[in-house]
Amino acid sequence: MSTADAGTAPAARLLCRRCGLALAVLCLLAWASFAVLQLDLRPIAGAAGRAELGAYLSRFFPPDLSAGFLRRTAAGALETIAISLIGTLLAAIAGAILALPASGRSGAAGRAAARLLLNLLRSVPELVWAALMVLAAGLGPFAGTLALALHTSGVLGRLFADALENAPAGPEQALREAGTPALPAFLLGMLPVVAPQFLSYTLYRWEMNLRMATVLGFVGAGGLGQMLYYEFSLLHEPRASTLIAAMLALSILIDAASARLRALLQRR
Amino acid sequence: MSARSPRDPAATRRIGVAVGAAVVLWPLFSVAEFDPFSLLGGNNAAVMGAFLARFLPPKLDPAFLSLVARAAVETLAIATAGMTLALAIGAPLGLLLSRSLAASEVGPGPGRGLDRFLRGMVRVLLTGLRGIPELVWALVLVRVFGLGPASAVLALGLTYGGMLAKVYAEILDSAADTPARALLGAGAGRLEAFLFGLLPDCAQELASYTIYRWECAVRASIVMGFVGAGGLGQLMDQSMKMLNGEEVATILAVFLLLVALADRVSAAVRRGLA
Repeated sequence: MSTADAGTAPAARLLCRRCGLALAVLCLLAWASFAVLQLDLRPIAGAAGRAELGAYLSRFFPPDLSAGFLRRTAAGALETIAISLIGTLLAAIAGAILALPASGRSGAAGRAAARLLLNLLRSVPELVWAALMVLAAGLGPFAGTLALALHTSGVLGRLFADALENAPAGPEQALREAGTPALPAFLLGMLPVVAPQFLSYTLYRWEMNLRMATVLGFVGAGGLGQMLYYEFSLLHEPRASTLIAAMLALSILIDAASARLRALLQRR
Repeated sequence: MSARSPRDPAATRRIGVAVGAAVVLWPLFSVAEFDPFSLLGGNNAAVMGAFLARFLPPKLDPAFLSLVARAAVETLAIATAGMTLALAIGAPLGLLLSRSLAASEVGPGPGRGLDRFLRGMVRVLLTGLRGIPELVWALVLVRVFGLGPASAVLALGLTYGGMLAKVYAEILDSAADTPARALLGAGAGRLEAFLFGLLPDCAQELASYTIYRWECAVRASIVMGFVGAGGLGQLMDQSMKMLNGEEVATILAVFLLLVALADRVSAAVRRGLA
């Protein structure tokens, strides 16, 4: 009996009672989710369904690689990059401005109000902002730019405010007490301290926004996404597959570039 | 070389960087069709104003509320079911991908080249899975499965499966691999080496990342509704197309509540794990 206990000991330790309970709850939740959804998986269930699926997917090949369409795809990719870059830039500026009251520089009430605004901006997803901005600014990349700027200024404003609150106040205070006016004291005493953090947050959000900008077009906000949605609704699958390949290439490029950039920033 | 300004010795460089940035950014502003006045031009402002004016008061009649509640439950179910699928894809692929668990990495031997080749193939597959945004997967899958949550669950499963596999492998590889290596060296299989050599060290980080991803899945599942893949997003898309401000206000409020709830749950679980 004691040998049997020794034999099962590692397994018993591995699967403690609490972990077992947690696993059971998780399985129950997963089962409940599938039960609520009652997914209709007929298209891939039977042999006929699978054949149909195969036939549908084969319509994506070969991709449309004609020079004219490739040029339009490249233009779409450039538009996507422009949307993400300008959106992030606007967000960094707005975020920095909002971060000043949000870090408590204009009293507790100002801090609470600014943080509430930042929370609101941040909680509404980019795509919902994009759908709203398409109403406000019309179809096209400007709506996407505004959508990214609105959501991201909420994110960056919060991060910038936290950075400002956590930065040492010494240099700025010293300048103030020596008689420097508020603005130069902030620019020379505080900004250099937090600038590297601001920059790295902004770059990180730019990376995320570039990914986001590829799909914002689904609601009409420009870039590759808008082209994809358009070609898709016209049942131009070969063109859609070219655009999806372009999105994939862009994503791989971002991955590589951000890894490079991060290594570079770390070395400095 | 003398400084141009006695006040700021870095002025030359700063001005240079600013001018360079402006030269690069200027054409991009026009590519992005940057035009703040379009917000006021035409009848854009009037349409938007009328739409926003209808936000208050939000629509609160019982029939609509029960519709929204059902969509909210559906959104949570999509996220959870999608994560279940993602785990089923991500966990085995993550184990396959992890270098600490590869017997072939312990030393030279037969199958080392093949092993590396297979890992490379898995990595390519994963790049494809997570490199294509979930919204694009959903758009394609809606054509196959029709409108409704099935395509959202599959899209989440595929994209997040790819992400989970990559991050799981990274977590496993960043832990100390000596116990797992010792087990492998003593002839244990990959799964045993993982369960007894790596999991005790990594369990907390793995679980915490998984919960965080679930939180992201809740956010993502609303967005996927915009291509017709069920949940709150689909409802919001319909209301927006009809310019029904009071409905959008209600749905948006419920969505914000849902995200805050997911945030709380995820933070609480992660605190419990720590």
